[in-house]
Amino acid sequence: MSRDVETPADPGIRIRTEVRASEAPRAAASTAITLQGVNFSYGPNQVLHDVSLDVDEKRVTAFIGPSGCGKSTLLRCLNRMNDLIESARLAGSVRVKGQDIYAPGTDVIAVRRRIGMVFQKSNPFPKSIFDNVVYGLRISGVHDRPTLEAAVEKSLTLAALWDEVKDRLHQSALSLSGGQQQRLCIARAIAVEPEILLMDEPCSALDPIATLKIEELIYSLKERYTIVIVTHNLQQAARVSDKTAFFWLGRLVEYGPTVDLFTNPKEKLTEDYITGRFG
Amino acid sequence: MSKHDDKLFRLVTAIVAASVLLVVVGIAATLIQGSWLSLRQFGFSFWRTRTWDPVAGQFGALPFIWGTLYSSLLALLLSTPVALGIAVFLAELSPRLLRQPLIFLTELLAAIPSIVYGLWGIFVLVPVVRSLEAATPEWLRRVPLFSGPPLGVGMLAAALILAVMITPFSAAVAREILRAVPTSQREAAYALGATRWEAIRLALYYGRTGIIGAVMLGLGRALGETIAVTMVIGNNPQVSASLFAPQYTMAAVIANEFTEAADDLYLHALVEIGLVLFLITIVVNALSRLLLWRVADKPVAVAPSAAAPVAAAA
Repeated sequence: MSRDVETPADPGIRIRTEVRASEAPRAAASTAITLQGVNFSYGPNQVLHDVSLDVDEKRVTAFIGPSGCGKSTLLRCLNRMNDLIESARLAGSVRVKGQDIYAPGTDVIAVRRRIGMVFQKSNPFPKSIFDNVVYGLRISGVHDRPTLEAAVEKSLTLAALWDEVKDRLHQSALSLSGGQQQRLCIARAIAVEPEILLMDEPCSALDPIATLKIEELIYSLKERYTIVIVTHNLQQAARVSDKTAFFWLGRLVEYGPTVDLFTNPKEKLTEDYITGRFG
Repeated sequence: MSKHDDKLFRLVTAIVAASVLLVVVGIAATLIQGSWLSLRQFGFSFWRTRTWDPVAGQFGALPFIWGTLYSSLLALLLSTPVALGIAVFLAELSPRLLRQPLIFLTELLAAIPSIVYGLWGIFVLVPVVRSLEAATPEWLRRVPLFSGPPLGVGMLAAALILAVMITPFSAAVAREILRAVPTSQREAAYALGATRWEAIRLALYYGRTGIIGAVMLGLGRALGETIAVTMVIGNNPQVSASLFAPQYTMAAVIANEFTEAADDLYLHALVEIGLVLFLITIVVNALSRLLLWRVADKPVAVAPSAAAPVAAAA
């Protein structure tokens, strides 16, 4: 069924440069996000043209494409981060588990709590590791100490950071290394237990070792979360994602299972891009 | 050739830098020399004596020290929330069309000469304060903070006018601090479901050292402000907690009495008040610097104006 190149029985050994598909049968995935005819513009500049696609639940979906193709913008449409820009306009519909998140009267804050986000550059708050992780919980009104402590241990464990920081939870988050800071940001995002995790080039500022750790983390997190990742790194998309969407000049060119897109692209443009002929 | 230029450049900048130190030491030396008679006659009792009697030759600086510190701290108390409010509105909330005019107006407020503030204080603020004081109910007057006859001129008027004068400075610096907070910090908060208010609080926290610097910049200005305060504080050397009481500040007494100081001891006592003011500003700035260091022990913050209060007070 899948062109798997690893032995699923041994998750410790993974061939990371080859395309790896999901172990689970693809047909079992249900839809988490549905985009229909999304057009998006900043002022007079239209950035996205008529994008429609479905994001599978509990899978990793990668958005790839050259700089300025609109992939990050699209990602930011999924948790309404673009609302922060005054001139931003969106047409079309974005449905998360059936709910149109751009419908009038939508509680944007509730939307953002359901959909976590990790950014290109790690952006921990200048607070302790503990206070970083529980920030989202605190602002949603959780102040019970044991609950917070449990959430910190759980989130940091999921983010594969617990063992490294468990003895210094009350030190500044800024004392961590770049890779640790990014994993802390992932822990902070999952502490509020979102359904979906958006990642905007989460490894672009990291060295290869730290990148590897984050990729393994993404791989393990998809058991719990629907993950959408924007990446410049084609190998990364091939390594971590189940489905890949290729964007070019604000249009969705091709979308399909990562294996197919990388080994047997349907569009000439996709082929040129993944073989490095442009971009 | 270029190597020679480098040496020359280094020498010139070193001399310029050293001259700053020289000026500070020079000011201190001149103040000590000019207040020598008073220093010798009163010693440390000058700091804690309440009498200021030029006729009897008795001089104590306590009422002036009190008046300066009390009026400055009251002004700080009044202006800080307003300045932060202005900064937050301008940096985070204001519609784009309104922003530039408002920035211009706050900057204009900072550019008004203090003598103009003083005139406005006498003709507008003092009558308003007087009617407020007259309208104070009797039971409230028994509180020491509000005791005394409703004169209008006094501590309250001075604190109010100082607050108006320092607010634009603190607001401008605080606004710059907020603007310097990286967007990624706000985005992180919003992505976690923060409201606007929560994201702003986070930005304020991120820039906290700079915000403290902004407030201290205001304090530095308030301590040294002379003419506007002189015109509304009532110029009566007394140590009183009452907001209604006419009091005096160090800068005001020097400005008022310098020309009439006929005998040497009187003159030296006034110069010593200048010395005290000089020392107090240094101590206040040192304390605020300590505070900044304590808050900024982590390698984070935006602290552009940490040096500003020192410059403003010197």
